[in-house]
Amino acid sequence: MDAVKSFFKKVPIATLIIFGFWALILIVGFFLDFRMTSLFSDTIQRFGMWGLFVLAMVPSIQSGTGPNFALPIGVVTGLFAMVVSMDIGFIGFNLLIVSTVLAIVFGCLMGWGYGKLMNAVKGSEMAIATYTGFAATFFFSMIWLLYNTDNDFLGWFIGRGLRNFVSLTPFGTDQILDNFWQFEIFRSTNADGELIGGLVIPTGTLLVVLLACLLMWLFFRSKHGIAISAVGMNPMFAKATGLNADRSRVLANMISTVLAAVGIIVYAQSFGFMQLYDAPLMMAFPAVAAVLVGGATAQRSKVIHVIIGTILLQGLITNGPPVFGRLLEGADITDAVRMIVQNGIILYALAQMKGGGK
Amino acid sequence: MSQNLLEFKNVSKSYSGNQVLKNVNFDIRPGEIHALIGENGAGKSTMMNILFGMPVIHSTGGFEGSVEMEGKPVNIMSPFDAMAHGIGMVHQEFMLIPGFTIAENIKINREIPKENALNNVMSSIFGKRMKTLDFKKMNQDARVALDRLDMTIEEYTLVQGLPIGFMQFVEIAREIDKTGMKLLVLDEPTAVLTESEAERLLKAMRSLAVQGIAIVFISHRLDEIINVSDRVTVLRDGEWVATKDTKDTSAIEIAELMIGRKVSIEREEGAERELSKDIMLSIKDLHVAMPSERARGVDLEVRKGEILGIGGLAGQGKLGIANGIMGIYPAKGEVVLDGKKLPLNNTKQVLKESVAYVSEDRKGIGLLLDEPIDSNIVFTDMQVNGNFLKAFGLQDSKAISEHAKQMVIDLDIRCTSEKQHTGRLSGGNQQKVCVGRALTQKPNLLFVSEPTRGIDIGAKKLILDLLLKLSREQGMTIVMTSSELAELCSICDRIAIICEGKVAGILAPNASPAEFGLMMSGITDTDSVKEGGVS
Repeated sequence: MDAVKSFFKKVPIATLIIFGFWALILIVGFFLDFRMTSLFSDTIQRFGMWGLFVLAMVPSIQSGTGPNFALPIGVVTGLFAMVVSMDIGFIGFNLLIVSTVLAIVFGCLMGWGYGKLMNAVKGSEMAIATYTGFAATFFFSMIWLLYNTDNDFLGWFIGRGLRNFVSLTPFGTDQILDNFWQFEIFRSTNADGELIGGLVIPTGTLLVVLLACLLMWLFFRSKHGIAISAVGMNPMFAKATGLNADRSRVLANMISTVLAAVGIIVYAQSFGFMQLYDAPLMMAFPAVAAVLVGGATAQRSKVIHVIIGTILLQGLITNGPPVFGRLLEGADITDAVRMIVQNGIILYALAQMKGGGK
Repeated sequence: MSQNLLEFKNVSKSYSGNQVLKNVNFDIRPGEIHALIGENGAGKSTMMNILFGMPVIHSTGGFEGSVEMEGKPVNIMSPFDAMAHGIGMVHQEFMLIPGFTIAENIKINREIPKENALNNVMSSIFGKRMKTLDFKKMNQDARVALDRLDMTIEEYTLVQGLPIGFMQFVEIAREIDKTGMKLLVLDEPTAVLTESEAERLLKAMRSLAVQGIAIVFISHRLDEIINVSDRVTVLRDGEWVATKDTKDTSAIEIAELMIGRKVSIEREEGAERELSKDIMLSIKDLHVAMPSERARGVDLEVRKGEILGIGGLAGQGKLGIANGIMGIYPAKGEVVLDGKKLPLNNTKQVLKESVAYVSEDRKGIGLLLDEPIDSNIVFTDMQVNGNFLKAFGLQDSKAISEHAKQMVIDLDIRCTSEKQHTGRLSGGNQQKVCVGRALTQKPNLLFVSEPTRGIDIGAKKLILDLLLKLSREQGMTIVMTSSELAELCSICDRIAIICEGKVAGILAPNASPAEFGLMMSGITDTDSVKEGGVS
């Protein structure tokens, strides 16, 4: 009994609610004859797509800047890196590697500037971050419009500017990580004795995400990581230890921005498309919601919160629509449900916060 | 003498079991200036909070005893009640609106509306607050109040840009303008004033007293008290000690009463210990911009291996010294450690020079409350000196844990394990963790500020014994800042008293209470006070 009690004390209520919802959807889905393996495959794929974005929340939260609502900055940076690599002519794994390297370089620069901005607006980081993310998205929309390319798969057939939806198939990068060492388990036969799909494990993508998680975990056990945590927990304590709080915050936001930039590359290959223009606009919110669902607060977060939160929230968001769709027979309220859940979570989590920006 | 205007009868007050006032009796007559003096925590503020019916008193269960005004018991439940009884207060922080004129500030919320037809129509539609104001009459009232204080300044001057001294007068004028003002409380009114401004204020106080207003004068400046008051009441540790006619007493006697006999307790060895002649730390003209603990030109020398105490009343700047040297608050001046100039405002460099610091703000600065004991203990050493790390800059969890375990044993930290979060520990054990963190740096010089604040008696002794042991056995030089004179006297070799941001003097731990009291009040030229502590 005590063990149960202490479990409920440790696990935040938001986590339990989302877990409950997801479980409910899976149960309903089971009775509606959904294939469980298919539902779980979707969840795992989405975990791979969102993992790095959610992980990007950890350093910014730990440094006291709060969740990185300016995630679109990193996203557009990553998109820019991809566009440049594609335009040069890289394809396949080369495209993946070159764009990742460029994303890291550009991400460091953007993250540095963004970190400086966050230091200048202490106390209202989250609001400013949100609008900075919006501004970055639209600034890059102009760049996409003005970008001149000869690559027909990248640009419009007529005139200047990039397409808003770029397929990665011609570049050979479509699901390239997902398919790397991919395997399927729990395959079964249907009534007619035909083999049907089991649980698909996108090994390459999962490895990238889990490796990043491991590195993040290690980083927060290193001297610099510990310093960042201390700055976030108690800036005066950090100051009394001779730490440069502003520098730690900039470093944390650089890491966060780089993760977002690399994250969009992983996301795009899994999705099979690269979306430009206003697509990155709202990307921060599901990521923030996920880390909060996982048990983080706006002041404290751990890698484990990322893993739990991403699985739960993405499970709910990906499995909800099809199940609801069949349950309500055509009434297309699934997207509304998704929006309510996602934004409700953010609202709930932010309402739990104490004080202003810190 | 005439009937008492105000009387406190056997007033006691405790906050959650902690008694801060014990059977205090206090009375004041009309037209009297009655000084109230005591160390920090003696109960002055609590008395004034009771007098003004502050919520902090009533929300914690009220008080015992009774308060009488003009012979009748009164029940003051809020500051408004106090105002209605003719009690006014001038706060240490000015509550003035800079963009308003002096007259407007004096009349604020008591404005006089014009009586005319338009106004009556307006107010019947929109309510009383829409009436236009009779500035002429307000200015006249303000003039009267200012004249009572011998202030010649025009009442239509903006408060913005007035010298501090004038602002104080505007505050007082606002209080005495209130009809039926009988009792005025001045809380450390001269603390922010220059000497000539203070002089004027004292003069104004006397003239108010002649006009029949009783004044409670709270101050730590003994000379002013002797100068201006009719009677003086001394409080110590929440107890009434004495009420004397000022003409029958002296600064020395008041100082002695204020400090009491507690000074000479609990010293296990003699005060005289052969101190090294070498200077460990030399501080010249140190200014520190720490809010409310500002150091204004401190000159101090710390000898190798000694425990130097820094004492003084709150707000005088004693805490600013350590905070300034450690770079927590902006500082300027010259600090030389062991012949080497220390860079100021550079915490990391100072920590690298094997100087450690235990802050007075345990929970605010001293600890990461959501982190375990072991990470707290090694934090500074790891960040500053790069210890407790292994390959790739990762923390060496095993070494950290082992070190913390040893510290838990050495310092007798009472905890479930070294993994317990420091936020869950008691104050004394939290303090031991802070000390443990400082010791992990293996410092040559240790600054400890308010090491026993908010700690129970048993833990206090442990902490003090520990400091003594570090000094005697390891030859560590310790600078201990404390508001508790008794604890300074119990382990320090010399005690520097800080008054108004400067070193008022250095005393031996066995100096007389009067010497300490006088020095804390800034009187250093009396014959009975001698410079230097070690004979």
